[in-house]
Amino acid sequence: MTEPTAPPDDAAILEVEDLRLFYGEAPALHGISLRIPRRRITAFIGPSGCGKSTLLRCFNRMNDLVDGVRTEGDVRFEGRTILGNAVDVNLLRRRIGMVFQKSNPFPKSIYDNVAYGPRVHGVRSASALDDLVEKSLRGAALWDEVKDRLRQSALGLSGGQQQRLCIARAIAVEPEVVLLDEPCSALDPVATAKIEDLMLELKKDYTLVIVTHNMQQASRVSDLTAFLYMGRLIEFGRTDELFVKPREKQTEDYITGRFG
Amino acid sequence: MPDATPPAARASDRAAALAPGAARPRPPGGRAFIWLCGGALGFNLLLVLSQLLLIAWNGLGYFWPRELVAFERGAEGTLLGEVHAREQYRPAGIDPATLAGDLPWRIQLKIANRELTGTDFLWLDEREVTATRRPADAVHVERLEWGAFHGFLRDVRRGDELLAAGDAAWPRFLALVEEKRVQRDALLELERGAVGDVNHELEELRLERRRPDAAARATELDARQATLDAQFLELTSRLDAMRTTLAAESARFVTADGKEQLLEIGAIVHALRPNELSTLDRLALWASRLFAFLLEEPRESNTEGGIFPALFGTVMMVFLMSVAVVPLGVLAALYLREYARQGALVRVVRIAVNNLAGVPSIVFGVFGLGFFVYGVGGTLDQWFHAEALPQPTFGTGGILWAALTLALLTVPVVIVATEEGLAAVPRAVREGSLALGATKFETTWRVVLPAAAPGMLTGVILAIARAAGEVAPLMIVGMVKLAPALPIDHHAPFIHLDRKFMHLGFHIYDVGFQSPNAEATKPLVFATALVLLVLVVAMNLVAIRLRNQLRQRYASSAV
Repeated sequence: MTEPTAPPDDAAILEVEDLRLFYGEAPALHGISLRIPRRRITAFIGPSGCGKSTLLRCFNRMNDLVDGVRTEGDVRFEGRTILGNAVDVNLLRRRIGMVFQKSNPFPKSIYDNVAYGPRVHGVRSASALDDLVEKSLRGAALWDEVKDRLRQSALGLSGGQQQRLCIARAIAVEPEVVLLDEPCSALDPVATAKIEDLMLELKKDYTLVIVTHNMQQASRVSDLTAFLYMGRLIEFGRTDELFVKPREKQTEDYITGRFG
Repeated sequence: MPDATPPAARASDRAAALAPGAARPRPPGGRAFIWLCGGALGFNLLLVLSQLLLIAWNGLGYFWPRELVAFERGAEGTLLGEVHAREQYRPAGIDPATLAGDLPWRIQLKIANRELTGTDFLWLDEREVTATRRPADAVHVERLEWGAFHGFLRDVRRGDELLAAGDAAWPRFLALVEEKRVQRDALLELERGAVGDVNHELEELRLERRRPDAAARATELDARQATLDAQFLELTSRLDAMRTTLAAESARFVTADGKEQLLEIGAIVHALRPNELSTLDRLALWASRLFAFLLEEPRESNTEGGIFPALFGTVMMVFLMSVAVVPLGVLAALYLREYARQGALVRVVRIAVNNLAGVPSIVFGVFGLGFFVYGVGGTLDQWFHAEALPQPTFGTGGILWAALTLALLTVPVVIVATEEGLAAVPRAVREGSLALGATKFETTWRVVLPAAAPGMLTGVILAIARAAGEVAPLMIVGMVKLAPALPIDHHAPFIHLDRKFMHLGFHIYDVGFQSPNAEATKPLVFATALVLLVLVVAMNLVAIRLRNQLRQRYASSAV
């Protein structure tokens, strides 16, 4: 196994150290170590079942919801471990937001969707909520499309709009990291392009980690790319380098479409 | 197709069948099955529709003002009555062979005048009738007692003094009926209001005297007793005076066969000459009778008058039941679906809950009697109403215990429907909430429950439909034939959950099968059944409307 390259410049916000994860007795991640830099887009690529989503869901402890999951090793956020019972998972998830593969707006109005997180975290004042909702929707490049129908059901939006609403909902709680789990897999090319533009915009304020099946997408938006295969990290490095001259044979085979 | 066909031939068959334009003849089973399914549905609809029509026709027809027909029978005298039915029959003791032509016809006649004839209805063989007339001045009188009266007005008098006779008698009589109605209402209001209040305070005083500290307050209590007694005496004399005024006038009627009868006008509810009415008049009268039926209290041990207390009792009991069953069922379903570890125990609990829905309702009634009435009610009495013992307050059947018993009966329905609603909320939506840092409770409370609300309301709709029609368990936990007072009145604490109540379902049974006058009350059974049906439908429509509004707001929910 190759030693993952160190991140290029900024200090790491998320550090993974020899992380092993088991579903029951079956290992899904075999000792992964990597450092994710602040305010960059890091992409996880790899064939289906390679563990990239599992790794992503370790960062906000969503794997806790699956029965029988056990982890070993360490994941640190801002230098502090986030594994173990002592961690306030709800606070962690507030600071590390997530956007899912399939858009999952709540069956509520557009406004209530975005205001949900702030309300849960104790924002009560109507004007503060209004400001947050507008700011988040603008941040997700959705404001102009929905500003006249904030009180209508979020389920009336198109697929791409729903996904941007989910991004707005995620950034409304002002997280530091946003995890995106194949956010464009259910979208058409136009909606995908919008989300990709949005990610490049968001990177100014947030650290983004994206899981994607789409290698063009990874090469278009990410600064760093990690290639996972069979629960192992095969190669991790600057995207331009990894896609142009991969150091590993497996990486090259995968990105040239020889398997996967 | 028989399997003996060689494979090669089958293959060529298939090729031929798939060739364009070569449709293979198919067995007719598919089409026949569709007809069978459609027929079954049609038959069901026909049954429901005919049931509704039968009930509506018989129930609504009861209020239609019928004509009074006089049947002359020669030496046997004349009968004056409403025609209720006409049919062919086989007279007893006659060999059908001797009858010339068809079987004879007979008429069911409501002759009223129960105090003279001893019966409301009789069958009249048409062969006995020599002539029929529809006298314009025939009067139909509805009375507080003895049912209806049919006859002709002669004169109106106060004691022995003649007030009006001949043509002047009818308008004077109608004016007096109206005047007496106002007086009667005033009397009733005094009885219910002031007299009721004094009685209520006397009862409270009696209970206070039984409290341990009564001896120390004897003088104060005695003074209050004296005031109340004086008030009571004063009210009684006023009531007596009013009763005398009410009973002062009477009307002399003569029946179709010439018997005279003196009717006290104060006891007349309504009088009319039905043969004079136009169709429009009849329609107006029909509507007003219908409303009176809904809004008045029953008379003559439920065989006359309205059904208001039963209607009120049913609605209030169902309302209380819903208030009790919704939190109980929803919380139980939440625990089962959201919090409990899905294992063998939860499966057993779920099966038990489903089986609970199949327990005969009378068993719930017995449980309600033992647990709520004797257990909980008896204990409450010892703690809070000890001074009234041995007379029970909560330790006897009452609307609260009835509602709680029905809540137990319907809670499985709510649990199952709520669980289905919860299961239909996608996992992705829950994860979306959790990923924002919401706790499981916040997720459940703010996202899952609202999204599952339509499913819960489905459960409530089913529960209401079941509860409103349930009779058997209520008979032993507080439902009565005739309740002296509504469970809501102006005495504190205004809502009297300990009171017994009337119920439409039991009213139907009581009127139809416990009344000595079966023919007269048959239409009442239909009318009450119609009201119960409309009530259940109305309550369901309200709930369905609410559910549709929720569905629109939370448009994703599938249940």
